[in-house]
Amino acid sequence: MASTIALTVARYRPEREAAPIFQTYDIPFRKDWVVLDGLNHIKDTQDGSLSFRWSCRMGVCGSCGMKVNGTPKLTCATFLSDYLPGPVRVEPLDYFPVVRDLVVDLSDFMRKLRQVKPWIIREEESPADGEYLQTPEQLDTYKQFSMCINCMLCYSACPIYGLEPSFIGPAVIALAQRYNMDSRDQGAAERHKILSEHDGIWQCTFVGECTKVCPKHVDPAGAIQQYKLTSATRWVKSLLLPWSAR
Amino acid sequence: MDLFSCDVLVVGGGGAGLRAAIAVAEGNPQLSVAVISKVYPMRSHTVSAEGGAAAVIKADDSLDEHAYDTISGGDWLCDQDAVEAFVREAPEEMLRLEHWGCPWSREPDGHIAVRPFGGMKIERTWFAADKTGFHLLHSLFQTSLKYEAIRRYDEFFVTRLLVDDGRCQGVVAIELATGQIRAITARAVILCTGGCGKVFPFTTNANIKNGDGMALAYRAGAPLKDMEFVQYHPTGLPFTGILITEAARAEGGWLLNKDGYRYLQDYDLGKPTPTPVLRSMELGPRDRLSQCFIKEQEKERTFEGPYGHYVHLDIRHLGEKVIDSKLPFVRELCLKYAGIDPVKEMIPVRPVVHYMMGGIHTDIHGATPLPGLYAAGEAACVSINGANRLGSNSLTELLVFGARAGKAAAAFAAEQAEPSPSLLAQAHDEQRRIEAGFLRKSGGREKIAALRTEMHQIMEQSAGIYRTESVLKDAVGRLQRLRTRSQDLALDDDSYTFNTELIAALELSYMLDVAQTIVHSALERRESRGSHQRTDYPQRDDYKFLAHALVWCGADGSPRIEYHPVTITRWPPGKRVYGR
Repeated sequence: MASTIALTVARYRPEREAAPIFQTYDIPFRKDWVVLDGLNHIKDTQDGSLSFRWSCRMGVCGSCGMKVNGTPKLTCATFLSDYLPGPVRVEPLDYFPVVRDLVVDLSDFMRKLRQVKPWIIREEESPADGEYLQTPEQLDTYKQFSMCINCMLCYSACPIYGLEPSFIGPAVIALAQRYNMDSRDQGAAERHKILSEHDGIWQCTFVGECTKVCPKHVDPAGAIQQYKLTSATRWVKSLLLPWSAR
Repeated sequence: MDLFSCDVLVVGGGGAGLRAAIAVAEGNPQLSVAVISKVYPMRSHTVSAEGGAAAVIKADDSLDEHAYDTISGGDWLCDQDAVEAFVREAPEEMLRLEHWGCPWSREPDGHIAVRPFGGMKIERTWFAADKTGFHLLHSLFQTSLKYEAIRRYDEFFVTRLLVDDGRCQGVVAIELATGQIRAITARAVILCTGGCGKVFPFTTNANIKNGDGMALAYRAGAPLKDMEFVQYHPTGLPFTGILITEAARAEGGWLLNKDGYRYLQDYDLGKPTPTPVLRSMELGPRDRLSQCFIKEQEKERTFEGPYGHYVHLDIRHLGEKVIDSKLPFVRELCLKYAGIDPVKEMIPVRPVVHYMMGGIHTDIHGATPLPGLYAAGEAACVSINGANRLGSNSLTELLVFGARAGKAAAAFAAEQAEPSPSLLAQAHDEQRRIEAGFLRKSGGREKIAALRTEMHQIMEQSAGIYRTESVLKDAVGRLQRLRTRSQDLALDDDSYTFNTELIAALELSYMLDVAQTIVHSALERRESRGSHQRTDYPQRDDYKFLAHALVWCGADGSPRIEYHPVTITRWPPGKRVYGR
């Protein structure tokens, strides 16, 4: 078995480089190591100036999304052993401005996340005491869409987002659908305005790459298709039954 | 230098911080509130909590039962007035979270489902499968977006508190994206920065858990409390330290030694039964279970692997259906990180540093002795956790005491005058310290990773599950020398743009401060209680040590300890009994 493996890492330090360059580091190969462990080994022992985000190292905080050999991945859940004999190319996620090395600017996503009103909207107040009843079956209708960790892999994989940065994007649409489908929520009409606008769901041509790269099986492509159907039905209803359309 | 200001400033965007910010925005809409966090809020470590959150909701349960489980679980070091407030306010806080959209697991009729948990006599743990912390955090974060009054400073790293006129009035922080130093003044500050598991080498804690808030408060003159109480969770995956939730045992999992024997029966934790019995065997408290592991290891009845000794957690008999519906994350984590399927194979586990019972000393409203400074969550020590926290009390604690601290800080802020003009001078001093000490420094000889590794070794050897005088004394000296060496750091990175090496250097200095307080407190507490086990003082000593240890930062930077009485209301100190 190999004793070392090469990581070829994209570097970009705005004070130094006009454009990204690649730097190659040889690191020990260990079968338990994920790509993130390799990056940390570099940072700790070879080059303290390499910058990247990470935190939980168990695939749930969503910090360490990067491109590994061209595919968006959580680097804490991507094993070096799957890339033998190397080299392994590590780059920042596509379609986001690069701040530094492997760190990208998420402010566009953070703005879009808020636009879609990802919170429970109700016309009446909360029940005086006790919980809203919600059966396991009702929970199952939106549960999958509630598993998104905001890791940005789906944006990085989405060719539409690459071409049209105003596209609100897969994770945000899935999250809107997570609330729309929640039996406690009554805000679908409010979210509809945002989703059906120019930057909303109609831009998606169902490439499906978002669902392929999702590490949490959220299936944003499914959410988008589901919403398109709801939205089209709503539109047809509004033509046929204008007084009852909501 | 850019100067920002707000009325209430929350440091940390995890569960406690977000709950506090929402409490301010809801209760005092005329106040401005800001959340400053070194990561985007949804990256906060609350996200990793798995098993659930305790609150009395079922008819067969009572607040007194929850209080008694908590107090006996904490080996009588909990402040009982705080525990009573905690159990009383827990149900309404949990229901509020339900109204905010948290996808709690349900009974077939649509009511909240509860599961058993370690050290609890009645089932009262609400859960969202086994990703409770993840759902709790995202529900809070998404709900917080609704409030216009909540401003956020994402990816800002706080380097010091601004204190003037005996009052905390803001912070100095580095904006990671630009490296610029910012001063943010406030009429009240709430520290919600979480724990400090990363002072140890083997921990469930995320990379960001460096005791930042604890060190900030300590340096600013507020005491830390009960820092010697470090919780080892009995079931972490070897090498990664990834947590396998207690819910795995609550659903019926067994702990087996290398002979396939349910060894907990040898340690006064009850008799093995096929289905789980509350407060018994695998549902004993975490401190006791982790101690049993060490005893088994001494008897050479554990397995030896490349990453240390381990035992087996067996959940195969629960069947695929239960595992997939109640413990899907356990399966996902085992498949991904241990290369085993728990439906068919046993899970290798060993005790792992998980949680700090200690933290910033606060009263029942989250107020520290330093006026204007509040704290909540794992960063704080109220104390409801005493010498050992019960599983599923920490998520509830975030909500109850996050909300309390938010309300108290808002009330305080509303009474305060404008921040002092002298704060800007302090902020400029801090800017010079960062520049001269790190970014523009030349000739340092020490590397961050090397010092961190040494700190890890010292802490694991001296402040692990069992402790003793000579090793702790030695650790005090070694940590002191490490601190001196840490003044001589050499950084590779002199960039202002997203300089994570600078942040790691500052985090190391926080961890060294916190490590010192842990070791000093452990040395001075010459008894065994809960998670603090002294081989040289094996008995609990209520006469001398039914007391909280408050650690102050002395004038020369060394810790000074004072003891502070425990509040006992209705449950006089007794024997902790499990399995009977």
